[in-house]
Amino acid sequence: MTAVAEQTPTFDCRIDFADELITLARADERIVAVCNDSVGSSNLVKFREEFPHRLVNVGIAEQDLVGVAAGLANAGFIPFVSAAAPFLTGRALEQIKADVAYSDRHVVLCGQSPGMAYGELGPTHHSIEDISWMRAVPGLPVVVPADPAQTRAAVRWAAASGRPAYLRIPRFKVPAVTPAGAVFETGRATRLAEGGDLTVIAVGTMVSRALDAAALLREQGVEARVVNMTFVEPLDVAEVVAAAEETGVIVTAEEGLLSGGLGAAVAKVVAEHRPVPVRMVGVPTFAPTGSTSFLLDHFGLNADGIAKAAREALGRS
Amino acid sequence: MTALDIAPRPLELDEAAARAYVERGARLRAATPAEAAPELATIATGIRRDVLTTIQAARMGHVGGDLSVTDLLVTAMWGTLELDPFDPANPGRDRFILSKGHCAAALYSTLASCGFFSRERLSEFMAPLSPLNGHPNRVKVPGVETNTGPLGHGFPVATGCALGAKLRGETWRTIVVLGDGEMQEGSNWEAAMTAAHYGLDNLTAVVDRNRLQQGARTEDTKKLEPLDDKWAAFGWEVRVIDGHDHQAIKEAYAPSTTGRPVAVVANTVKGKGVSFMEDRVEWHHKVPTDEQVRLALEELSR
Repeated sequence: MTAVAEQTPTFDCRIDFADELITLARADERIVAVCNDSVGSSNLVKFREEFPHRLVNVGIAEQDLVGVAAGLANAGFIPFVSAAAPFLTGRALEQIKADVAYSDRHVVLCGQSPGMAYGELGPTHHSIEDISWMRAVPGLPVVVPADPAQTRAAVRWAAASGRPAYLRIPRFKVPAVTPAGAVFETGRATRLAEGGDLTVIAVGTMVSRALDAAALLREQGVEARVVNMTFVEPLDVAEVVAAAEETGVIVTAEEGLLSGGLGAAVAKVVAEHRPVPVRMVGVPTFAPTGSTSFLLDHFGLNADGIAKAAREALGRS
Repeated sequence: MTALDIAPRPLELDEAAARAYVERGARLRAATPAEAAPELATIATGIRRDVLTTIQAARMGHVGGDLSVTDLLVTAMWGTLELDPFDPANPGRDRFILSKGHCAAALYSTLASCGFFSRERLSEFMAPLSPLNGHPNRVKVPGVETNTGPLGHGFPVATGCALGAKLRGETWRTIVVLGDGEMQEGSNWEAAMTAAHYGLDNLTAVVDRNRLQQGARTEDTKKLEPLDDKWAAFGWEVRVIDGHDHQAIKEAYAPSTTGRPVAVVANTVKGKGVSFMEDRVEWHHKVPTDEQVRLALEELSR
């Protein structure tokens, strides 16, 4: 079904996250990792081996996790808070709002295993709401890397930004999609394929699937532009407006809830600047039981689903 | 005048007050608790008067808790910690965090007394676009370490400050003041475990035990007792004191001698210093009339 995924190697981005964090920590002693009994699931075992005193484990206590990180930032550190995305963003939402964003503390919130990465463990462990919740916090960049290269770039960017940020680190394996030499800047999208009939705007695990959808559509005579909207906040408004003006139809794709996520952010810009048809591919509700792969297909979060939404938007279904 | 006509003015150092704080604060820190107590009491009375006029001007505030926490604030900031109004972000400063952020009027009055900004600015409390919001904002108010107001936030942040000092091998101290009702928030007990686990003997958590919360007595709402035993069970060194006795407070703020973090359970009276407000639940955030302020100031000038 997803041709690229079957033929090309795929990667668990948590490995690149941890590896890049170690590289940064070697050069900057202000960097600390803060976790909630999540050393293994955040792939931080090597970090702990190399910097035993710079890995703070507060145990299973997410409110404390984020508060302590804000205090460490007060003390001059750059904390990378690494925890399973559903618990980090849900349990500690008010700490993220008050202690990090409103207090303007340079804390990097790293949501691990987001979306439906925990598959059969079910909606308690899925993080389909995190993009919407984090978007609702004023002044908090929401960064959704799509592959290993972007994960590494996001970690470097967040360490240097001097401001709080939320990074959504994929666990479900993804192929590499980022061209060599691609720039990684605040609020900057990457155009991965050109086409004049519509634009697919995707994030994270959906980016490679959007490229596969473009290949399917091409076979059907439809030329799709594909944009990787790495920053859901701040959104690349110019790229969205260009998509609306130049291609006339937009499909969004995200492994996240349709309420308030990437699709909603894009639709707001389209409605305000250049109304055109928009279709949103995402997760509509709590998932049934199934593996990540099964659930992505179940909700149409694959090349076929994106291509179908594109044909509907074009009135060719 | 509308809000749009008011240009927000940043809070600026009050140099004379700051110089006085540096000199007098050093003396009070070095003095024995018994020696320092009378002077701390005088400062605290001034803060109580400022709290009343600040709330009178704003027609809003949390006067009961402001008056119960005043002696704890004054003894921390004037008699124990080394703060730096000339450089509020001085990396080596001691950290003071008011977790019960609704008592901002008491915090602002004490920060102004230390010279972080001019006392005159207290009249802007909660005015449109004022930096002196109803709950403290560190970006706008020099001397504020973290934004508080929602309960259960200051303690975990203070734990991070103290842990940070340990990781850096620095000697700065952290004092966090909590409301007793606030101890019903679970995040505090998460922090209590973390601080004990990491042996943060550079952290002092002070509970303003006035026994009243917004709607009723704490023990009628959700029991806190035995509060001292709870702290001890969480691995803390516990000191139970009269939270209006400046000598006892300064003694209780002495560094840990056990390698454990220190919890000070400070028994206080909500509305302390104003007879008709003392220990009455309605004065949690009732605003006094001008006549009541006059009577209160009269009591506080005796």
